[in-house]
Amino acid sequence: MLNPITLSIIVLGGLGLLAGSGLAYASKKFISKIDPKIETILAALPGANCGACGFAGCSGFAKALVEERAQANGCISGGEGVAREVASILGGEVAGKEKRIAKILCYHRGASQTQFDYQGLENCRAAALLFGGNKACLYSCLGLGDCVEVCPLGAITLVNGRIEIDEERCTGCGKCVSICPKGIIALVPKEKKVHVLCNSKDKGAIVRKICKEGCIGCGICLKVCPEGAITLKDNLAHIDYKKCTECGVCAEKCPTHIIQVTSNK
Amino acid sequence: MANLFIIFLSALLVNNFVLTRFLGICPFLGVSRKVETALGMGMAVIFVMTLASLVTNLVYNLVLIPLNLLFLHIITFILVIASLVQLVEIVLEKISPALYRALGIYLPLITTNCAILGLALLNVIKGHSAIQAIFFGLGAGIGFALALLIMAGIRERLELADVPVALQGAAITLITAGLLSLAFMGFSGLVKL
Repeated sequence: MLNPITLSIIVLGGLGLLAGSGLAYASKKFISKIDPKIETILAALPGANCGACGFAGCSGFAKALVEERAQANGCISGGEGVAREVASILGGEVAGKEKRIAKILCYHRGASQTQFDYQGLENCRAAALLFGGNKACLYSCLGLGDCVEVCPLGAITLVNGRIEIDEERCTGCGKCVSICPKGIIALVPKEKKVHVLCNSKDKGAIVRKICKEGCIGCGICLKVCPEGAITLKDNLAHIDYKKCTECGVCAEKCPTHIIQVTSNK
Repeated sequence: MANLFIIFLSALLVNNFVLTRFLGICPFLGVSRKVETALGMGMAVIFVMTLASLVTNLVYNLVLIPLNLLFLHIITFILVIASLVQLVEIVLEKISPALYRALGIYLPLITTNCAILGLALLNVIKGHSAIQAIFFGLGAGIGFALALLIMAGIRERLELADVPVALQGAAITLITAGLLSLAFMGFSGLVKL
């Protein structure tokens, strides 16, 4: 009989060798083929894993691209540059994707009239559970800053109780859009400057009572718009950004000044 | 058969690995933030525990006992468990990419989970046969997943609760774990083993 030390070395070494060669064999046998294109595309993507493309991170998007389940311009954070690079790797042409940014469709952005004093968790989602929030208007921004927290780029800030979105930093990933419990953040084309800054679907009389700057659904903008780009639905004006030429007539005529030509800051 | 069921139930509830034996506390606290991830981790643990229980039992009974090398059991178990998890990962990636993605990072994490090593050692202490070891591993795995899911469910609600500042975060989590453990003491006496 071997001495126990030699035996244990042999046994452990043998087991280790067995396990090691087993693993080596398995990794050869069960090799999962990775398309080299995937890695090249992955290198071209921003790597932020923001998920705005709708896939699980950049690698998921790269895989979907190679399998032709996604469009080359699907990467929202990357913008046109990345889209072109990806398209050249895939060997195709790509249409430029319209750059979009987040916009809060509420004139007050958190500073609107309240109907009761809320002393709960400083969190829009929690506040919205209580009678839809403490604001007089059901469609108002609650201003507690869930979007501020969720923004991966730090583009949203809370200044004196009002939410500010830095348009230069915003990549239009849409995380704030999905977290907002009131659903009042929208992705709008970056180059368009005329927006309806209200989201209220209440009737005009109610809006007048609870908010000075709310859409009362009067329809004046419809009549004055030379392009016919504005429609009225649920007591709320909508601008068709494809038709809008940014002439600004609607903003001038809007009695409650909620249609605004935002400056380019 | 009845014996196997008792072993299974004992590992699942009465001697729950997390809440009664206090094994695998790290993932229990670390991965119980969301029900979704807890479920992923739980599934991975059930799978690996059942497999590891059987394989370590076989290695112990067929290699270590005949060679009279019982003092090597801990290091051998670690070796076997680690390579087993690796093997499962490689094979799973090929056979079922969907499951592989669902388990994600949790699969390699299990390699260093003390609950698995504890399971192998308990098998030795209790002198389980191979079939008994399978049921013991399955029960222990499901017990682990159960504890993780309960904890995740509670923690998701705690997020919205008004917890006193001094108790927020880790403190309230540990208190919760303690209360859960107390609750599981209610199962003692259900099965004598």
